[in-house]
Amino acid sequence: MKGRVLVVDDDAALAEMLGIVLRGEGFAPSHVADGEHALAAFRDTKPDIVLLDLMLPGMSGLDVCRAIRAESGIPIVMLTAKSDTIDIVLGLESGADDYVVKPFKPKELVARVRARLRRSENDVPENLSVGEIHIDVLGHQVVRGAEQIALTPLEFDLLVALARKPRQVFTREVLLEQVWGYRHAADTRLVNVHVQRLRAKVERDPEHPEVVLTVRGVGYKAGSP
Amino acid sequence: MHRLLLRTRHYLHRFGGWVVGRWRRSLQLRVVSSTLLGSGIVVLVLGLVVLDQIADGLLTSQRKAAVAETTAGVEYAQSQLSSLGGAEDRELQLTLLNIGRFLSDRGGSGGLYNVVIQPSTGELERVAPADVEIMIPADLRDMVARRLEQGYAYANEPAPDGQVVPSLIVGAPVSTGAGLFELYYVFPLRTEAETISLIQRTLLTTGLLLVVLLAGLAALVTRQVVTPVRLAARTAERLAAGLLQERMAVHGEDDLAKLATSFNDMAASLQRQIVRLEELSRLQRRFTSDVSHELRTPLTTVRMAADVLHAARADFAPEVARSAELLEDEVERFESLLNDLLEISRYDAGFAILDAEPTDVRALLRRVVDALQPVADRYDTDLVVRLPGEPVIAEVDPRRVERVLRNLIGNALEHGEGRPVEVTLALGTDAVSVTVRDHGIGLRRGEPAMVFDRFWRADPSRARRTGGTGLGLSISLEDARLHGGWLQAGGAPGGGAQFQLTLPLRTGQPLSESPLPLGPGDDGSVVSDVRPMPSAGGQRA
Repeated sequence: MKGRVLVVDDDAALAEMLGIVLRGEGFAPSHVADGEHALAAFRDTKPDIVLLDLMLPGMSGLDVCRAIRAESGIPIVMLTAKSDTIDIVLGLESGADDYVVKPFKPKELVARVRARLRRSENDVPENLSVGEIHIDVLGHQVVRGAEQIALTPLEFDLLVALARKPRQVFTREVLLEQVWGYRHAADTRLVNVHVQRLRAKVERDPEHPEVVLTVRGVGYKAGSP
Repeated sequence: MHRLLLRTRHYLHRFGGWVVGRWRRSLQLRVVSSTLLGSGIVVLVLGLVVLDQIADGLLTSQRKAAVAETTAGVEYAQSQLSSLGGAEDRELQLTLLNIGRFLSDRGGSGGLYNVVIQPSTGELERVAPADVEIMIPADLRDMVARRLEQGYAYANEPAPDGQVVPSLIVGAPVSTGAGLFELYYVFPLRTEAETISLIQRTLLTTGLLLVVLLAGLAALVTRQVVTPVRLAARTAERLAAGLLQERMAVHGEDDLAKLATSFNDMAASLQRQIVRLEELSRLQRRFTSDVSHELRTPLTTVRMAADVLHAARADFAPEVARSAELLEDEVERFESLLNDLLEISRYDAGFAILDAEPTDVRALLRRVVDALQPVADRYDTDLVVRLPGEPVIAEVDPRRVERVLRNLIGNALEHGEGRPVEVTLALGTDAVSVTVRDHGIGLRRGEPAMVFDRFWRADPSRARRTGGTGLGLSISLEDARLHGGWLQAGGAPGGGAQFQLTLPLRTGQPLSESPLPLGPGDDGSVVSDVRPMPSAGGQRA
């Protein structure tokens, strides 16, 4: 798998080091050093995944994240030095799929990138439904009636994971493992923020969800099909 | 009956309590009550004195007139009777009657007084008005008849018009050849009695009015003082509650205005201090955050470089390869130290935030144990885990609790000397508790109190051999406190150590007791020292 990776980071040494590590793992990295040029570079290189530093000169990482998200659903992994919940949640809410806190292990980063690039190699046509939502898994289509709903691949994976087992309650840890590829992780912020984002797109009233239901103290489950 | 009595007593007691409470709390009530009491006493005494003086004056002049009248009557009677012969004179009775009529008529047609002539001896009849019954007080009779003195007394007697009124009775002996007679004048004191009762009523009314007026005045005056004081108290409460903009209104230039001004100055000064501290603390957090970012980015590069070198070390000369290994290890240590320092400084700056959510602590503990299983295998230690059959849902910050448990179990594995490490989870009514027990070198006396100190090590010589930053337990303690929970340590030399984390099931709920005892394990060793951890909810007794 030859993935194109766009690294957006103002620290030249780190960017170069990231390039070395990523090339060593068989990726094709490209680099842009500031936020203002990030979007142009994104359009030029058409990467498969973006590694985005949240603290950038020029345009802030959060704005870059939102701008990319507005154009594309491609995976964005943020690189952040701030591990406070508020910073993590802000990043996730502006559209990042996953995050890595500096200083990270190269293996950890590569694992995150691979997990985000790995798509289900399922060729069998599969149709799921939750409430009014119908999912064509193979075609990556989600519709409510005639209305097409645009989900990012991650949101799509999350919805499919829940919809495939309609009566099962998923703990956040199980979702982290199935959707994000984490093991032994307790980072519930990832799940919580993405469930919110998913709800904002698929629910009629996100305050009273019917598609993704909360099971207090345990996790989430899909609404009745 | 008994119950009723008890209940009455209960209500009385409660009422008494309420009154006492009001009395102690309200300055106004106290001032008004004492004014009421004081002015009441003064008015009462004054009224009594005035009434006494007036009554005395009124009666004295009346008495003098009465005595003069009586003296004249005595003289007349004496002159009339002296013309008669002895006691057996047949005319005597008639004369007495005449004297009585004459003297009565002298009082005027209106009948100002009644006259009674009482013969002291003989068989003569007493001369008195026929239509009314007049009783002469015995004391007066005794004085007049026995001691032959003029005297007077007050009594309720029928007046000439028949009504019973307070009267002045003046009596005098009339001593003649015909024997001894007692002459009594009964003066009704109707006017005087009416005057006195009028004065009484007037005094009572004015007195009461005065007292009420004074009490009202006192209430008004204290109100003027108390209202600003109460206002100040309320403002102070609002200030204390964090409304730093709160100020008192300043009117005029009196003492109360001075109070308000001083109060406002104090509030302004407080506000300045607090704003300054907040600013400092914000700067501190900013600094921590900046340091974090500035250090972490180059550290990431170093870390990745070290990793690349480490991965390629097989191709290097032995010294270079070993250097790459050392670099890798030390970069890792540096990283954990940096992380721990940043975490501690976050706690010190007061910016640690609890992200509590309902969490299954049992699943969380399982995950930690699974993750540490390779470490246990490396130490060749059995990790014995006792879990309840049900999920244990508690409102906790899962990342912090996971960090604490990883730290406690990691420490136990490290100091357990290969003997089994037992991890027990228990659920109480309002708390969840995890105990981590090892059977290693244990803790010496006094050490359980020191294990939470920063950079403390049980054995300084071991410091280099074992990992850890020396901040793990300090951070764990802060994590427990942030939850309003406890982290306690116990142990005995050679008997192993035990650490117990107790967290409330719901955020903000105070802890009363742990579902697990912090005691010796199965080997009967004694807990040498237990350190109760003060928590946000209060100190454990």
